[in-house]
Amino acid sequence: MNSFQFLEILKSRRITFCSGVPDSTFTNIFQDMLDDPDINYVSAVREDVALGIVSAAYFNNEIGAVIMQNSGIGNIVNPLTSFNLMYKIPALIIVGWRGYSDDAPEHEIMGKKTPEFFDLLDMPYRIPDKDNLSGALDELLAQMEIESIPGALIMRGGIVQ
Amino acid sequence: MINRADAIIKVMESVNRQDLVVSTTGMISRELFFNADRPANFYMLGSMGLASSLGLGLCLQNPLKKVFILEGDGSSLMSLGTIPLIGVSSPSNLIHIILDNQCYESTGGQPSISADIDISEIARAGTYTVSERISTIQELDHALYEYQNVAGPILLLIECNQEPSSGVPRVSHTPIAIRDMFKEALNKAY
Repeated sequence: MNSFQFLEILKSRRITFCSGVPDSTFTNIFQDMLDDPDINYVSAVREDVALGIVSAAYFNNEIGAVIMQNSGIGNIVNPLTSFNLMYKIPALIIVGWRGYSDDAPEHEIMGKKTPEFFDLLDMPYRIPDKDNLSGALDELLAQMEIESIPGALIMRGGIVQ
Repeated sequence: MINRADAIIKVMESVNRQDLVVSTTGMISRELFFNADRPANFYMLGSMGLASSLGLGLCLQNPLKKVFILEGDGSSLMSLGTIPLIGVSSPSNLIHIILDNQCYESTGGQPSISADIDISEIARAGTYTVSERISTIQELDHALYEYQNVAGPILLLIECNQEPSSGVPRVSHTPIAIRDMFKEALNKAY
């Protein structure tokens, strides 16, 4: 699907407060979020900053979303463990999965370890295919709501273009 | 130089009931809790450096509410990129207080680099509408009054003493209680 369709999926689930650091897995979506009057996108300087910003949505009975590359997972471990998971403040973390298959050398190790990070933190996550993105997201959001914790949507290249 | 607890008390005198306060981990949250506990205080018990990010998010989500960030030199240096991000995002409802004692007092007073760099200059370069360095309680009093109706983001860097605080209790609210009290206060119509 294209990035407009993906944004419609997010908006229809009342996810409109977004922040992140660009990733080439979803090249177009960052500009499209900036252009979309229904999305409030903050172009953050780091992934942990993005997570802190969008977590504010919780207090207005909404869920915020971070969009980032998996190379930044290390930057969100501290806020996940001592903020979101400790206070039980959910946020949707949309992670571009670089290094899932052949990729540049800097993505190789994190590419192999990406799902394991979320296992380690006991966080729910989904790895959608092209044809079940909405369903996977809804399952994830339902689990996040039950546990009141953040969850990750781990996106391989080519699902959103 | 100002005693840090006195600075916190003075800032909190200018905070109205409906205003939101986010405080950084360590002694600043403990002193805020000890001296001016209220439901609309969010004590960030961990995640050093993240208070300013949450504060920015709260500003953008609640443009009609004034938000105070209370942090130290160490936490602001840890997430220094947040300062220009706040400047560019230009939340008019933000007052960013940095209590600068030039050290990491919560962990034993190890020196920070803020003795040699002026964080208020970074905020000025980062397009805060006001960025002021304050060294006396009279200057702080004056600034809080003078800027109370000025559009932000406003940064007040307060030069504080190094003074190990003893007898200041930990925040006794659980994280969930902090979260729930803050959420309820934020959504209350005054």
